[in-house]
Amino acid sequence: MSDTIIKPKVATVWLGGCSGCHMSFLDLDERLLELADKIQLVFSPIADVKVFPQDVDITLVEGAVTNDENEEMAHTIRKNSRYVLSFGDCATTGNVTAMRNRFTEKELIDRSYRELSDICNSVPNDFTLIAKLREQATPLHHVIRVDAFLHGCPPTPDEIWFAMNELLQGRIPIFNTQFLRYG
Amino acid sequence: MAVKTLTINGEQYSAQEGESILSVARQHHIPIPTLCHLEGLSTVGACRLCVVQVEGSPKLLPACTTKVEEGMVVTTSNTKLDKYRRMIVALLASEGNHVCAVCVANNHCELQDLAYQVGLVRVRYPYLYPDKKLDATHKEYVMDHNRCVLCTRCVRVCDEVEGAHVWDVAGRGINCEIVSGLNDNWGNSQTCTECGKCVMVCPTGALFEKGVTVSEMEKKKGFLKYIITARQKKEWVSISND
Ligand code: SF4
Ligand code: SF4
Ligand code: SF4
Ligand code: FES
Repeated sequence: MSDTIIKPKVATVWLGGCSGCHMSFLDLDERLLELADKIQLVFSPIADVKVFPQDVDITLVEGAVTNDENEEMAHTIRKNSRYVLSFGDCATTGNVTAMRNRFTEKELIDRSYRELSDICNSVPNDFTLIAKLREQATPLHHVIRVDAFLHGCPPTPDEIWFAMNELLQGRIPIFNTQFLRYG
Repeated sequence: MAVKTLTINGEQYSAQEGESILSVARQHHIPIPTLCHLEGLSTVGACRLCVVQVEGSPKLLPACTTKVEEGMVVTTSNTKLDKYRRMIVALLASEGNHVCAVCVANNHCELQDLAYQVGLVRVRYPYLYPDKKLDATHKEYVMDHNRCVLCTRCVRVCDEVEGAHVWDVAGRGINCEIVSGLNDNWGNSQTCTECGKCVMVCPTGALFEKGVTVSEMEKKKGFLKYIITARQKKEWVSISND
């Protein structure tokens, strides 16, 4: 039997973001096929896996840490991953997700569930079923240690490709020269 | 005027007496990041981004306000200076509300450019999310205090070049802010000539033209050189409007 090559395990996680960073990931287009040959995707919004696995090599995290579920997930990610990459501006700076930080939780909930709703005029109260907002949405590295930061809202496919290839070769991608940008 | 000889990063340069370290560095394409400094306006030394190390001085000195001296030995970049500059940009980012993705000045912003120049990969400080106002009472322009970095370029250009002195600085420390008139709405100003000079010299998306949306507000600063040359040399030369 030929040697089995052990492919690195990669996870992508969607915290408090708009999913735009993941859309940009999908815009890798045909390069996704090449990537599929090189990695095992073990957890992702585009894969039907419920529990974040153990022993992940590389985890890309989209979005700010905006609710208690995100916060718990962030700690699990750190515990179970070798490299954690902040994936996009929301994970790196809070960005659009953190624009709500100047409002109180009550103001936010009223705005979303009362003022802007035309039918069901009630607010959620069972936080065993839905996640509870943290007082502030924060960048990922304010909650857990992060190894590298991929900027942009969203990062471009080329930037994602660069980051993935660096990580797959066991290098921490350095963005402060080539791809450092906000917005 | 007497000529002074000084050393910058190990190389010898000569300069005119009274010239700033920054001016000599610029002439020789030695990069020093700046924010509050703008050619054509008075120098205030407010932002501290241009700090350099001068041998024999216990303090770091701002290159924009420090005059050259005979035999001066200057270092413009080393681990310590680079770190301080990164800290300054990080503090500016964390004390305002900067959301580049939805900002009128995105991709045309000097604060962004500085972040890239100093290699600001992330901000470690807690973001303050201050409760700042936006003044859209002016007919043509908007002042969004959320993106103001208090460089005072608007204050200076309005006073020194336009002669209208609409803007001033009020408050201290974290409560410091730019005000128009005697802390009134900009739209009520009796002295504003609507010239737009403040908008054009503003390094960020704090001052912008009404009607622009994300990434559309490009600042054209060429007018400043044009006016200054005309006043000093009585020459009306056209200068590219960058
Ligand atoms: S960085 Fe931009 S694209 Fe990515 S989640 Fe945030 S808002 Fe969406
Ligand atoms: S002013 Fe500059 S740094 Fe601030 S949000 Fe706008 S583009 Fe970003
Ligand atoms: S409004 Fe613009 S020019 Fe005026 S102090 Fe603020 S950042 Fe500087
Ligand atoms: S540019 Fe020198 S202190 Fe601001």
